[in-house]
Amino acid sequence: MEKDKPKVLVSVKHLKQYFNPGKKSEVKAIDDISFEIYEGETFGLVGESGSGKSTTGRSIIRLYNPTSGEILFDGQDISKIKNHSRQMKEFRKEIQMIFQDPYASLNPRMKVKDIIAEGLHIHKLVKTEAECDARVNELLDLVGLNKDHATRYPHEFSGGQRQRIGIARALAVKPKFIIADEPISALDVSIQAQVVNLLKDIQAQQNLTYLFIAHDLSMVKYISDRIAVMHNGQIMELASADDIYDRPLHPYTQSLLSAVPQPDPKLERKQRRVAYDASIEANNEGRQLREVAPAHFVYATEAEVPGYQAALAKMTQATTIAQ
Amino acid sequence: MANILEVKNLSIDFKTYAGDVHAIRDVSFELKKGETLAIVGESGSGKSVTVRSIMGLLASNAQVKGGTVKYHGDDLLKKPEKEMNQIRGNEISMIFQDPMTSLDPTMPIGKQVAEPLLIHKAMNKEDAMKRALTVLDLVGIPNAKERMKDYPHQFSGGQRQRIVIAIAIVDYPQVLIADEPTTALDVTVQAQIIDLMKELQRKIETSIIFITHDLGVVAGIADRVAVMYAGKIIEYGLVDEIFYQPKHPYTWGLLNSMPTLDTAGKLEAIPGTPPDLLDPPKGDAFAPRNPYALQIDTEEMPPFFEVSKTHYAATWLLHPDAPQVEPPAAIKTLMAKYDEVAPQKVGQTDGKG
Repeated sequence: MEKDKPKVLVSVKHLKQYFNPGKKSEVKAIDDISFEIYEGETFGLVGESGSGKSTTGRSIIRLYNPTSGEILFDGQDISKIKNHSRQMKEFRKEIQMIFQDPYASLNPRMKVKDIIAEGLHIHKLVKTEAECDARVNELLDLVGLNKDHATRYPHEFSGGQRQRIGIARALAVKPKFIIADEPISALDVSIQAQVVNLLKDIQAQQNLTYLFIAHDLSMVKYISDRIAVMHNGQIMELASADDIYDRPLHPYTQSLLSAVPQPDPKLERKQRRVAYDASIEANNEGRQLREVAPAHFVYATEAEVPGYQAALAKMTQATTIAQ
Repeated sequence: MANILEVKNLSIDFKTYAGDVHAIRDVSFELKKGETLAIVGESGSGKSVTVRSIMGLLASNAQVKGGTVKYHGDDLLKKPEKEMNQIRGNEISMIFQDPMTSLDPTMPIGKQVAEPLLIHKAMNKEDAMKRALTVLDLVGIPNAKERMKDYPHQFSGGQRQRIVIAIAIVDYPQVLIADEPTTALDVTVQAQIIDLMKELQRKIETSIIFITHDLGVVAGIADRVAVMYAGKIIEYGLVDEIFYQPKHPYTWGLLNSMPTLDTAGKLEAIPGTPPDLLDPPKGDAFAPRNPYALQIDTEEMPPFFEVSKTHYAATWLLHPDAPQVEPPAAIKTLMAKYDEVAPQKVGQTDGKG
């Protein structure tokens, strides 16, 4: 008997997102990626700027119209839903987004309660003004703000508080799935931990599923169950957070990890940066995401798989001995 | 080692509609020849204002309330603008955070790099361009010779930051101030820029003040570290002392709230937010967020207590009469590492690999 497979909430199949397709200025921001996100997990997406990680998030929530491929949300293909249709409205209630810049993502002319309640009104989730106020207060409480804050404007808040307002707004319509695009990178170190802990607590309470997009690899490892590493519009490696960090197989993942500065001078003195040699991608014939070990995928050709498997065996052996 | 720069009792206020913001409150530190001093702190802690005062680049509503900034014995705060122009960008240069906005988009990069030489060294154009080329090679711009005539938008973010660094070092400055030079860059590019700065420091023997909020970057580049909070330095010492023997609860909180690649369980966030510097608290500014705060923390500002000859911390916990407290578990793990590190560091302040 196969053991219980977690339920797939989001399934991305052969997604391509090109900008200016067919023109000279064509950009293949995402070039044929496939992955699944399980219900209740946090799926981390890391990569450098220009790798396509934000585009992936924006394509899933349909801020862009995908060039080709399928995006299944709860079994339904949402990649071809028409804008402004009733279906789209339904779908947008299920998926919400938390943005990177808490200064730019809140309308400066709206009061906090109107920002949070906008979704409630659009989706007709509250009938009376009193019900609306009660729900807003509940949400403010949930994200660690108090109800006095409801009548204030965004400029009266610090960056961390604004991000909490953004989180309250996302939660207002009771979504199943939240895409967080660099939600903490604009915040101070001491505030980042507060917001990450808040996201984790809410996830546990409400059984939410997150797509967490970030370039801070230490934070992604901390918050994610599984991680995909992106580069040039491709997923280079996909595995559990521990596998990605302890047993990175693809040279790009290894290079990226070696560049993460560690808050430990002793480790830093020993740290050797590994440069990534993109020439291994030169021959892209038949290169795709292949499972080299259970639930550990690497972007490789069929011929390269045994090499990765041998490397993995060596790493596993080394860690067993070290323990 | 000789001190090249000495900041003493610096206090700076900003005039605003709401009143005077006490941005820098009695800050003192020194920079030794050839070392890298990292200043760490959150936004609003005063780290950028401190270095801008050294450069004479304070905003017009800033008021220096007291203190001195001595460079080779002269007080930079008292120098007339004309003399400052001779020092700024020549003997003391600065690298800014955002490489996208700190270059002139309408000027070819070769000319931008050569500009300080034409102004400060009265060099002829040909020699200046030659030197600019050498420096662009040094910072690792590929095909520098062909690319001298290119404009900033034709370069990537990492390359632009290399060009900004080239401009800053073209005069071989004695002091290089880097204000979050890698914050806007990807980790892989950040690693390259940090390696580059270390290498340049060896080659042109400059002293560096490196401002950042990223403790990982600090661990990799600093010889000494000063931690700032609410306009004051609250702890300073050798890099190993700050990371493995931290004494101030704010330093604990900072080290604790950053996940490392080994962090499991819950992150220890510092509760609350930094104080409003319009009306700074009377005692230790960190007290309201500090689980280890003592009664006296809310009444009187703690002085610096000596931990070692090179390590000082401003917390009442170090007072002989203070109760013994247990630092957080993660900090104790770090402290255990100090013993392994300590022996090789004795009497060595510029331990570069």
